[in-house]
Amino acid sequence: MHLWLIPILPLIGFLINGIFGKKLSKPVVNIVAIGSVLLSFAWVLKTFSGLYPLEEAHVEKYFTWISSGTFNIGFDLMIDKLNSILLLIITGVGLLIHIYATGYMAHEEGYYRFFAYLNLFMFFMLILVLGANFLLLFVGWEGVGLCSYLLIGFYFTEKFAGDAGKKAFIVNRVGDFGFALAMFLIFIQFGSLDFATAFHAAEQMPKETSCGILTGICLLLILGATGKSAQIPLYVWLPDAMAGPTPVSALIHAATMVTAGVYMVTRSHAMFNNAPIALEVLAVIGLLTAFFAATIGLAQTDIKKVFAYSTVSQLGYMFLGLGVGSYSGGVFHLMTHAFFKALLFLGAGSVIHGCHHEQEMSQMGGLMKKMPVTAITLFCAGFAIAGLPFTSGAASKDLILEAAYVHHPWMYWLGLLTAFMTAFYVFRALFWTFFGEYRGHAHPHESPISMTAPLMVLAVLSLGGGFINIPHWLESMTHEHHPHVDTLIAMLPFAAGFGGIALAYVMYVLAPGIPEQLASTFSGLYRLIYNKYFVDEAYDAAIVHPLEEGSRELLWKGVDAGIIDGVVNGAGKTSAGIGGVLRRLQSGSIRNYAAWVVAGSILVIVAIGVMGGSH
Amino acid sequence: MPTNFMPSTEEYFRILPELILTLAGVLIMFLEALRKEGQKSNAGGVTLATLVAALIAAVMAGGSPGPAFHDMVFVDGFGTFFRILVLVVGLLTVLSSQSYLERHDAQIGEYYGLLLFSLVGQSLLCVSNELMMVFIGIEISSIASYIMAGFLRDDKRNNESALKYFLLGSFATAFLLYGVAWIYGITGTTNIDGIRQALLNNLPAVPLPAVGAAAALMLVGFAFKVSAVPFQAWAPDVYQGAPAPVSAFMSAGPKAAAFAVFTRVFLTAFGPIANRWEPILWIVALATMIVGNFAALTQTNIKRMLAYSSIAHAGYVLVAIVAHSEAGTAAVMFYLASYAFMNVGAFAAIVDYSRRNEKFVNISDLAGLGQKQPFTASMMTIYMLSLIGVPLTAGFFGKFYIFKAALESDLIWLTVLGLLNSAVAAYYYLRILVVMWMHEPGEAAESAPEASFGVKAVLFGSALATLVLGILPSLVLDFANRSANIIK
Amino acid sequence: MPTSELEKYFPVLVMAVIAAVMAASLTILSSVLGKRSKSPQKDTPYECGMAPTGDARDRFSIKFYLVAMIFILLDIEAVFLYPWAVVYRQLKWFAFFEMLLFIALVLVGYFYIWKKGALDWAIPERPRKAGPKTGTNLYREAA
Repeated sequence: MHLWLIPILPLIGFLINGIFGKKLSKPVVNIVAIGSVLLSFAWVLKTFSGLYPLEEAHVEKYFTWISSGTFNIGFDLMIDKLNSILLLIITGVGLLIHIYATGYMAHEEGYYRFFAYLNLFMFFMLILVLGANFLLLFVGWEGVGLCSYLLIGFYFTEKFAGDAGKKAFIVNRVGDFGFALAMFLIFIQFGSLDFATAFHAAEQMPKETSCGILTGICLLLILGATGKSAQIPLYVWLPDAMAGPTPVSALIHAATMVTAGVYMVTRSHAMFNNAPIALEVLAVIGLLTAFFAATIGLAQTDIKKVFAYSTVSQLGYMFLGLGVGSYSGGVFHLMTHAFFKALLFLGAGSVIHGCHHEQEMSQMGGLMKKMPVTAITLFCAGFAIAGLPFTSGAASKDLILEAAYVHHPWMYWLGLLTAFMTAFYVFRALFWTFFGEYRGHAHPHESPISMTAPLMVLAVLSLGGGFINIPHWLESMTHEHHPHVDTLIAMLPFAAGFGGIALAYVMYVLAPGIPEQLASTFSGLYRLIYNKYFVDEAYDAAIVHPLEEGSRELLWKGVDAGIIDGVVNGAGKTSAGIGGVLRRLQSGSIRNYAAWVVAGSILVIVAIGVMGGSH
Repeated sequence: MPTNFMPSTEEYFRILPELILTLAGVLIMFLEALRKEGQKSNAGGVTLATLVAALIAAVMAGGSPGPAFHDMVFVDGFGTFFRILVLVVGLLTVLSSQSYLERHDAQIGEYYGLLLFSLVGQSLLCVSNELMMVFIGIEISSIASYIMAGFLRDDKRNNESALKYFLLGSFATAFLLYGVAWIYGITGTTNIDGIRQALLNNLPAVPLPAVGAAAALMLVGFAFKVSAVPFQAWAPDVYQGAPAPVSAFMSAGPKAAAFAVFTRVFLTAFGPIANRWEPILWIVALATMIVGNFAALTQTNIKRMLAYSSIAHAGYVLVAIVAHSEAGTAAVMFYLASYAFMNVGAFAAIVDYSRRNEKFVNISDLAGLGQKQPFTASMMTIYMLSLIGVPLTAGFFGKFYIFKAALESDLIWLTVLGLLNSAVAAYYYLRILVVMWMHEPGEAAESAPEASFGVKAVLFGSALATLVLGILPSLVLDFANRSANIIK
Repeated sequence: MPTSELEKYFPVLVMAVIAAVMAASLTILSSVLGKRSKSPQKDTPYECGMAPTGDARDRFSIKFYLVAMIFILLDIEAVFLYPWAVVYRQLKWFAFFEMLLFIALVLVGYFYIWKKGALDWAIPERPRKAGPKTGTNLYREAA
């Protein structure tokens, strides 16, 4: 079926726009960027319909990539039930976002560069999803991270954007370290990085009741997933990532890249199923992230930040779903979330575009009349994320909560509370933005058709996407059974959704004084939440600062014995060319260095000669 | 006593690369003596031709492996691999030096003569099978590079660099020689295989502390050459002070050769007492990674940062040596090959950019390079990504094989700490990317001259090699795997 | 066949004795037979060299270093001829050509320092050009 065409098409788009983009006119750049994604989407559809119903995974082996001794890796792509859903989301939603971006980015500098990066991202994301072994997955995994870094830092004239990009990359490196280690362990344990081989072998292993090799692998994979999918403790990069252009936030940081962790865990369900401890950890991480991020979302005033924390929170739901054994629920939520969260971001982008790059909600208000299409579509997304009946969000979220109830009731109740808060803060944002009087100083206007059309398509999907029966579709693959719970338990999430909306309506439309009163009454709590529990500051104080200081002060002042104050070093001292600061760090005195060589030699000789190595 | 000392043609053939290099080096010195003042030197061209010839000779010599000159030299796949590597590094150095020398009015042939002599030493190191040869190789290579480090005599930084390198280098070599003397005293041989046999045959009777001390002394010498902690202090000062092309050369060529002989001596000769040196090397590897990476974080000078980065990378290679397996040896080979390209490339990027007297060598001077010179900036991006270890670059597979080998040898903690280290390293490489692409052009970028043809060729070639090794690692890895079993 | 330790090392002993006798007799003979003419100049330890006393931190010409260095190099290279001479008969033509090659290489070095002017003690003064920092004549500039 020529699966390779799917990722290659965006890559060609990247190459054309990246190399010749500067000389091409905007329409040509558009045609290349959108066209390549459109063709890719079309090819996904053709492949999908050709292989339907995909009972067996379809693998295509192209060439042996690396072969050395027992280590064999092929350049193999595959498509099965799981990744076909993701392929459709990535190319489909990706296409809409590309179209939207032509409007949103119309007046930006580096237009071609933006689309080149976007296409490169599509390439890596598709490789990530299509790869039939862990190494290809990892290639895509790092590649999307790189593109994310480039796109977050797209407005590079702002220092904040550059810093946010770096933060994202570095935090993700911590996760990648876990992933890389897991990959090594998988190879050592199963002798192969191929999905088919590794998972088949993992299935044969007994369920581990204590910490064995499978649990170790799974925990490391979870560490990787917490990085890419912004979960506790590595979620800190995602809110800052909103410094990038809004279409990027929608595509990468809501619909596709951040769900890579969910995909990876689901892909490895054969291993996770035999490592119940890891699953438990996953569920707890997911639930805590969902709850924690939702509380932060309550107090944000930047419209994109609200949706960013909501993304973290919704990803937490997905992990909760996976952790309690409802893989299909997690993936289902991944899909519906892609629809409504992309819509929320694109809608927010439309608002920001209309208000001339204003992101603070205190400078908005009353936009319903000025931007009706944006407003109505955003409310559709709001209904979906709040989980009102018959919307897509309801279908998937309920599935997860029910599975959580069966697993451990307390998880259900905490999840329910989170659902209530979600409905509240999303509608708080919507009411604040669209109702009341306009508080800003710009002249808001409705966005062009290239931006509103994708909004409308996504609105339809947000409302009706729940009728695509993903759980049934995935059943044969994940072998899970859907639990039956009381009607009351199944209905309560709806109530939470309505309750949250109603509360937001009361506080932000009927009696707009209440929020400020509350904030001043509970000022300590409010400040804590508003400042995101000072987690960034804590990380700064606990990790970043000691690292910097440590490498500056301890390591170098430690290494620099400082006994002799650079007597020999006349030549070096007078030469200003050698960094003045560094002179302090490393004495530059040869006698010092020689002393170090002697000290080191004595240590080594004593260790090897006398002590015989320290076992 | 053997009566026939006449070496066969085959034996000469096996050291043909060294013969070619030596003759060309001598020829260049001869012609330099004859050259009149003001006459143009064409030593650069001669050197390029010589290196190509030596490369062909090295490949051909690799085709007929075997011993030469009474086992002083043993040509095998492992040695051939490194021989080719150092010659390629030499080639890249020549290409990137031309414009630099021109700019500093130092276009004299001696530079190339010294480069060739240094390569003779390194090439000899790669195939030497005898501790005396090891010592001679190290001395030939080092003495030539001491002079190269201080080649611009009127530059204070050059002088400082050369003096430090020379004093500390000879100091460390003395340790090495002392170690050789000890091991000769104990086993009665300086042949690497002979030492192994001697140790294996009378292991119970061997005075282990003495052998350990000998190994330790030699370890000091090698650790200095590969700039491992705590013998790394010279590297930042020397790399920073030396001319940029020479720093590029020193960080890739002599280092690769030193690692080759390090691996050969420790895995073969001292293999029988591995349990004594492995724990120490474990600590040295870890300390090297940590010191290199963390010190690099706060650097503002590119050359100095790359020096610390090269210390860190030496740490990774040491991990593979500690793994002490065929996979580990193959990983050493692959890593050094990929490291050579990305590092020479990174240094080459600033050869022309730094202008006369290396005026612009701070990281902040790279601001806006992406806008002004997209080609150089793109190539630099590839090297930086590879140094980080991003997939589809050589650096990724380099690290991958090293840590795979380490895990297979049950070095779990070293792997974990090593990977964490490589996560830290991302920071300082990324900083260069941020400055290049995301800052407004400063004085340096605004006035940047077009890179010379030679430098561009080096930049392109190294980037291409970095990518090819990253996408099709099998090209090199297969060979590495096949020849790794020689080192036991 | 030498049997005892003493017999084994007897030739060495003879050699040592002859050397001692030679050295002693030469000194004694010259002091006994030599003609003396005293002058303050002649009484200094190094008649043609530096003043034996004075400040140790005195500056003296860098040319001394150059010559000393070159002397050491060529002198050490001559040392290699001794072991070669010992095994020359066993190695035959091979050794002959190897040593020829070695001496040729040393000669190239000698030729190089000669042409570069390292051996010229007195250099005609000439205006220093502002031009090349690292000119063709390394030593002329150093001197």
